[in-house]
Amino acid sequence: MIDWSGYLDLILQGALVTIKLTLMGSVLALIMAFLAGLGRLSRFFAVRALATIYIEFFRGTSIFVQLFWAYFVLPLLGFELTPLQAGVLALGLNVGAYAAEVVRGAVQSIGKEQYEACTALNLGRWQGMRHVILPQAFLTMLPTFGNNAIELLKATSVVSLISLADLTFQAQVVRAQTGNTLVPFATILVIYFALAMLISWGTRSLERRLSRGLDGVRV
Amino acid sequence: MAAPIIKIDAISKSFGAFKVLDGLSMQVMPGEKLALIGPSGSGKTTILRILMTLERIDGGHIEVEGEQLYHMQREGALVPASERHLTRMRQKIGMVFQLFNLFPHKCVLDNITLAPMLTKGMARAAAEKRAMELLDMVGLADKAKAMPAQLSGGQKQRVAIARALALSPKIMLFDEVTSALDPELVDEVLNVMRKLAAETDMTMLLVTHEMGFAHDFADRVLFFDRGKIVEEGKPDDIFRHPKQERTQSFLKKIIAAGHRV
Repeated sequence: MIDWSGYLDLILQGALVTIKLTLMGSVLALIMAFLAGLGRLSRFFAVRALATIYIEFFRGTSIFVQLFWAYFVLPLLGFELTPLQAGVLALGLNVGAYAAEVVRGAVQSIGKEQYEACTALNLGRWQGMRHVILPQAFLTMLPTFGNNAIELLKATSVVSLISLADLTFQAQVVRAQTGNTLVPFATILVIYFALAMLISWGTRSLERRLSRGLDGVRV
Repeated sequence: MAAPIIKIDAISKSFGAFKVLDGLSMQVMPGEKLALIGPSGSGKTTILRILMTLERIDGGHIEVEGEQLYHMQREGALVPASERHLTRMRQKIGMVFQLFNLFPHKCVLDNITLAPMLTKGMARAAAEKRAMELLDMVGLADKAKAMPAQLSGGQKQRVAIARALALSPKIMLFDEVTSALDPELVDEVLNVMRKLAAETDMTMLLVTHEMGFAHDFADRVLFFDRGKIVEEGKPDDIFRHPKQERTQSFLKKIIAAGHRV
């Protein structure tokens, strides 16, 4: 019989790395999404062009290749990154490109009358965006942001390729050491699923909280 | 005689191939209450939207309080206004929309205080005090914490009026403010406007299909058709003794449709 307790420890350590990557990657993705998403709506051609290039490039190339660039090629150009930094960078930039389109779409879905109210109240472009448009658009973005975060969680497994000891990496270690395939892979399957459910639940409850009062129901 | 507060000089505006306004000129005196009536597409709403800078003009000039709205002086020449110039000019003007355009994610109080705090640097306490006075004026002091979705159409429109007033504009534009309301809610909004007209010396421009209200409210009525002022005069003259044939047939149609005169 194999004593699984030590191996469970390994897997849990891997889970921590995966969670850390997901959280940090999501923060970067969120920042990139708003920068590029609003950039696509800019009055200035150069800003629009830059945002479009970023989005198309990171959606159009493989996340594996992006990760390899971050970890193996950037050092050749003088940027030395730890595996964790490279992982966060690649994941955040990649998912941020998808989420940028979500930001753009949500902002554009807000009716013209809201923009006109901003003008009539003499709010500046950014004031209107910050206080009127984005708070409403954010509610539209949330469900898709949840999807993006789950995508990001699942994509974290690619970092095992640059020897970062995440969930998938540790499962392979356990498999190599015990010779058992089913138990480690079944375990991480359940853990990935549980984490994804956690993200779904989190975005849903945030959505409920933010939409309170908007539908005319007295609270 | 005082100088006009609004001076519109030969403005034109097209939407695609459709020429809404073609060389329109008119003047409004300070404190005047003006009703703009006429069939749909006659350009009356477009005039309000142009004054609020929601639409740009294709030609002509507009002066508000003796200052160019869409132009400014630079090195002796008249050049198109910068965003900064427009921002300064907009302080003089407020607008109430047909569909209220409240911010659905903010409570009534925050709808009203947002702009004064952001554009005039008012402290929250001062802005809220002023907002409560205005809500009291429109009869909605008890709804300060309500969300727009919890209000009736008439209540929403009264909040929208309070919101526009919070910036203390000299000119208020009312764009068919009762057209989207259920008939039984129209009066509560009109009463607020009557009160406003009686208690302030604001200049008010009103686009409306409520002929009875236009008659009581306005100092002067302008009848528009196809981007031109066909006839203008005192309410009694326009509504009781219209001279132009087009005015007569328009009023006849409106009465036939059941509107009060």
